[in-house]
Amino acid sequence: MTRLTENTRARLAGFVACCAVLLLQACASGPQANPRDPLEPFNRKMMEFNEGVDAVALKPAATVYRKVVPPLVRTGVANFFSNLGDAWSAINSALQLKLHDATDNIFRFNINTFFGLGGVLDIASELNIERHKEDFGQTIGRWGVPAGPYLVLPLLGPSTLRDTFVLPVERRGDILANVDPWGAQGGLYVLRAVDIRSNLLRAGEVLDQAALDKYSFTRDAHLQRRRAEIFDSNDADSSGQEPKLETEPDPKTDSALGPAPVGENAPADAPATTATAPSR
Amino acid sequence: MNRRMVVQGLLAGFAIATLGNWLPAAYAADEAPDAMIKRLSDEVLAAIKADPSIQAGDTNKVIALVDSKIMPNVNFQRMTAAAVGPAWRQATPEQQKRLQDEFKVLLVRTYSGALAQVNDQSISLKPLRASPSDPEVVVRTEIRGRGDPIQLDYRLEKTPGQGAGWKIYNLNVLGVWLVETYRSQFAQEINARGVDGLIASLSERNKSNAKKG
Repeated sequence: MTRLTENTRARLAGFVACCAVLLLQACASGPQANPRDPLEPFNRKMMEFNEGVDAVALKPAATVYRKVVPPLVRTGVANFFSNLGDAWSAINSALQLKLHDATDNIFRFNINTFFGLGGVLDIASELNIERHKEDFGQTIGRWGVPAGPYLVLPLLGPSTLRDTFVLPVERRGDILANVDPWGAQGGLYVLRAVDIRSNLLRAGEVLDQAALDKYSFTRDAHLQRRRAEIFDSNDADSSGQEPKLETEPDPKTDSALGPAPVGENAPADAPATTATAPSR
Repeated sequence: MNRRMVVQGLLAGFAIATLGNWLPAAYAADEAPDAMIKRLSDEVLAAIKADPSIQAGDTNKVIALVDSKIMPNVNFQRMTAAAVGPAWRQATPEQQKRLQDEFKVLLVRTYSGALAQVNDQSISLKPLRASPSDPEVVVRTEIRGRGDPIQLDYRLEKTPGQGAGWKIYNLNVLGVWLVETYRSQFAQEINARGVDGLIASLSERNKSNAKKG
């Protein structure tokens, strides 16, 4: 951050101010608002902005990267960044008292760092040591902090209020932000962004085809996925019954197939963020 | 006393005889849900690996495969109804049929691209947590190939009646349930333009996808 010039700072401040204004406008959203997404108008604008940036910068870069760089090298790059992530995952698994996962992640990080040329080779996966991705948003979510409203962040994309608040902590946990190997931090950030985007090129195409409304599709998928990550569907619902989203549709569906009671059209989307203590 | 015993004996004998007739059939039909998913996944993977034109993304071939292998095991009406929500009840039978048809094409087309990427993947089942009497279960699987394993879960219902078996009515990829992801998009469309509006925009989307693919 220290490298930012005064000029950039001023622009950044202006941008933040714009966001704040948009956000305030958005608060006065219509009655049809989704309870999990009160900031929808703001979010939609932000998504447009992000897509604009993506279309002119990130996507072309990722496409070229995919065309020019041989697959073996790309795998190495992806492994390198994933390995840095494993260290932070280990800490967060431990904070959630998932000791088995924490051990896996620590082993992964050590093995890949020392025997996998600094993480370029993913030897731990060859040894069948599973990766358990965890971040600080998941950690406090696990301990009961609700997700809050859906929020689309500039450049970073889909998020929630909770996950936005923990961004400073996430940044502390990001090895890249703390050590500056070979004085190439900026370059590494860019490489990481391009690497991540290049792996999503296919997914982006699928999304374009699958969605009627790309915004709601992304939002609903993101919120569900975050939820699943936090409650690791493996152990949160031993009955096989989904926590919230899955219990609702059944009466609706059954009545939909049976004789029709009086129509009511309030989609009973309770905030997906209620009472969430760590399960057992 | 005597007569009652005779009658009881007769009844018991009758019961055993009929049960004897039914039991083998019932066993054959009562394939466990996880065994069914495993069999189905293996069959579909094998069919894809055996057919280069599917891997090349031939949508008609994919639709044929889906129709022959997957659809008989899916309650697609329930799936569509759940995605459409309360408006489903107000829709006419024709509208319901068109909704199902268009939704199916949309899903098949979007996933045919994913099927084209199949090469060395395999499916592994996670342990089933359900008691034999449960009418609905979640079967959890993982696609293992290169990279991190992909979580793929199915929700199944037991169909009433003999030999009807289990039917899939929802699908979860990486923690995201398919029906839930479409629900608010569909609701938005219905609120704005009604059921016919939803049908129209589904078919528009399908047409533009067909042009691209």
